[in-house]
Amino acid sequence: MIVADQKSLKEILEMVQNHNKILIIGCNGCVTVCNSGGLREVEILSSSIKLARKKQGSDIEIDIKVLERQCDLEYIEEISDVVNDYDAVISMACGVGPQFLSEMYKNQTFYPGLNTTFFGGATQHGVWEERCAGCGTCAIHVFDGLCPIARCAKSLMNGPCGGSSNGVCEVNKESECIWDSIVRKKMEAGKLEDLIGVKGFKDWRTARDGGVRRSVREELVKGTI
Amino acid sequence: MSKLKSGSNLEKVLKAGHFAFTGECGPPKGANVKYLKEKFQYLKGNVDAVNITDNQTAVVRMSSLAASRLMIDEGLEPNFQMVCRDRNRIAIMSDILGAHALGIRNMLCLSGDHQTFGNHPEAKNVHDIDSMQLISLVKMMRDEGKFLNGDDIDVAPKLFIGAACNPFADPYEYRVYRLANKIEAGADFIQTQCIFNMDKFRDFMKKVVDMGLDKKCYILAGVTPMKNAGMANFMSKNVPGMDIPDSLIKRLKGVKKKDQADEGIKFALEQIEEFKEMKGIAGVHLMAIEWEHKVPEIAKRAKVLPRPAV
Ligand code: SF4
Ligand code: SF4
Repeated sequence: MIVADQKSLKEILEMVQNHNKILIIGCNGCVTVCNSGGLREVEILSSSIKLARKKQGSDIEIDIKVLERQCDLEYIEEISDVVNDYDAVISMACGVGPQFLSEMYKNQTFYPGLNTTFFGGATQHGVWEERCAGCGTCAIHVFDGLCPIARCAKSLMNGPCGGSSNGVCEVNKESECIWDSIVRKKMEAGKLEDLIGVKGFKDWRTARDGGVRRSVREELVKGTI
Repeated sequence: MSKLKSGSNLEKVLKAGHFAFTGECGPPKGANVKYLKEKFQYLKGNVDAVNITDNQTAVVRMSSLAASRLMIDEGLEPNFQMVCRDRNRIAIMSDILGAHALGIRNMLCLSGDHQTFGNHPEAKNVHDIDSMQLISLVKMMRDEGKFLNGDDIDVAPKLFIGAACNPFADPYEYRVYRLANKIEAGADFIQTQCIFNMDKFRDFMKKVVDMGLDKKCYILAGVTPMKNAGMANFMSKNVPGMDIPDSLIKRLKGVKKKDQADEGIKFALEQIEEFKEMKGIAGVHLMAIEWEHKVPEIAKRAKVLPRPAV
């Protein structure tokens, strides 16, 4: 899923400081699963903003709503009747949400309530980790199911670098050195030969480097299925 | 004698079978040419080639390419370092051509310290290619006269290709194979990370020799003289992939503070003596970090002077 963290209350308060009536929209997708932009978080943010503004002596009116998905035009249409009743809207979806909203409702201001961080999953309760960088040409099978593009701090195709120590990445003591894991997995499985030789140059055109990406399913566009 | 690949002094020294002795010099945090030239004087005549570091520890300094050329002007031979952190393949190939055009004949291929260690941690990194691929790229440009896309190069860059090796990083059992990959990719010479744990290095070199890697490539052992016990302690704790045995820290602590520098040099000299005899070792790479002025003394006491004229 797409993982996101909430922005600080301070930053959000600054965003809405000149507004007196706002709507906060959560999303039932990934951000609900990673506990950053679901109903619970929307409710908490709403109360926190109200409380802070009350302290400042400038009350604010806030409505809340949670959409099934903010990355789907069909669902964001649901607010068409009310969206312009507010001074501004905070979207608690990943970065896609406030953009889809801004594109559909051109006269409204949408603020991102979250910082979208990565594609990953929960490795334990309350901890999410990055797994994929969306490079557009998946080759994790070559690395026994462990992605060095997303998970090595230097995206090395031929690791580990000289800073790998005790299974930990030189950049951050909290991160495993994924190359340590790849190498150990291969060696334990008796597949050392997979690691002999130079892994070739990556074609980054399918990644963000090739420009903005688009996926087209002709059959769906044409309506043949 | 078969044809030289680059014709660099370092290549000739190694090829002639001499025990090589290389040094290192970090460019200034500024355009201070005078300061750089002063540092060069300590190295001149005392080493066969000098590594010019490329924004080491990700701290911004004068470009290694420019400093390498300044070094040539002063009559020394640079070993131009290049990291993959700051350049994509376009800039890399361009700088390789530029290096050759400026008279540079040795190049060391590195991934580069991560930018979060440096003084601009907010920077975006590149890592379009890695150090292994960089080695193969320089080799392709030199030997096949081709760019990565297969196009012909008009006057191919002739560089003696160097690579780094850290036997003290993990997983240890894999390090010798990674070295083999670098040699396979095209490394002509290897400079190891600073060695302090001699037991482990002896074991590593045994594996290297058993695999015959020393016959395919010149291996230079990395030596860094410790300035004091504090430096040893600091490096042990803060530099990833650095293996400093407690016995060395104890040894430095065992002498008076003012004598610790000399004790550090003595340890380095003992290492160099051992490397001269060690099977598979073709020379020493002396990394006297911000201690260039000590190089003449160390070279003299290591009895590696005069440097061979080849
Ligand atoms: S190889 Fe690319 S697509 Fe596959 S997991 Fe890694 S970053 Fe994602
Ligand atoms: S320590 Fe491992 S994960 Fe970190 S940069 Fe080096 S190879 Fe990549």
